[in-house]
Amino acid sequence: MRGLDATFSALSDPTRRAILARLSLGEATVMELAQPFAMTQPAVSRHLKVLESAGLITRRIEGSKRPCRIAPHGIAELDAWLSQLKSALTRNYERLDQLLAEMTTEEER
Amino acid sequence: MSKLTLKTEGDRWVVVTRRFAAPSETVFRAHTEPKLIQKWLLGPGGWTMPVCISEAKPGGKIRFEWSDGQGNGFHLTGEYVELDPFRRIVHVERMHLPDPTPDNQVETRFEPDGDGTLMTMRMTLPDAETRAAMLATGMDQGMEASYARLEEMVGAGEMAG
Repeated sequence: MRGLDATFSALSDPTRRAILARLSLGEATVMELAQPFAMTQPAVSRHLKVLESAGLITRRIEGSKRPCRIAPHGIAELDAWLSQLKSALTRNYERLDQLLAEMTTEEER
Repeated sequence: MSKLTLKTEGDRWVVVTRRFAAPSETVFRAHTEPKLIQKWLLGPGGWTMPVCISEAKPGGKIRFEWSDGQGNGFHLTGEYVELDPFRRIVHVERMHLPDPTPDNQVETRFEPDGDGTLMTMRMTLPDAETRAAMLATGMDQGMEASYARLEEMVGAGEMAG
């Protein structure tokens, strides 16, 4: 039973959230992850270790490679999706506030 | 203090509430009239909605096309199911990424609240596969921010393995 704290601290880092988003599309090796993120493999490995100890990803051994995949239940990915939805809505509704203010002023003229 | 609340309900729903400082008629119009929708329903900075079809009647078509001005874009199609002017909208929508995501049933309510309006939007939670596809789209500002931060970190030599 892992604590929620580990999950949240693992998810608190945008790079790790981006890695999870990539893994939610399918399995990937450290090398495959390092490429789009323009990161060194050791740097990616460090992030993967955090994600693994939080139980968000699992790794298997295939020859010399250790491909990673998102852990079942997808809690991480759901959280990432929800936080993204929230930030998109927040921005849109701030724009809507402005529009409503303009519309209300026009009606009062 | 954020004015927006977002909660999951059961394993199927997401419920969003937000208060607006305008009468419900004005908020309802901003959600249904194409010229108004195009001004705010945009996502990340720099994106626009060059195409906006919103036939606000039962069975009416919805089509929103977004573009970042650099050749990236995607679109959403849908249909209005029910409209109770200024109080409630029920519609179905799907994203095309480019494959259509499963239908998202959305109910949006506008309740007068003092001199403003309380909006409650209830939408279907996409399945894991759909969420993954959405996370991977260009609408993903979180990802953008991570990439930008990564570039900074790489530039600053913080990433030295």
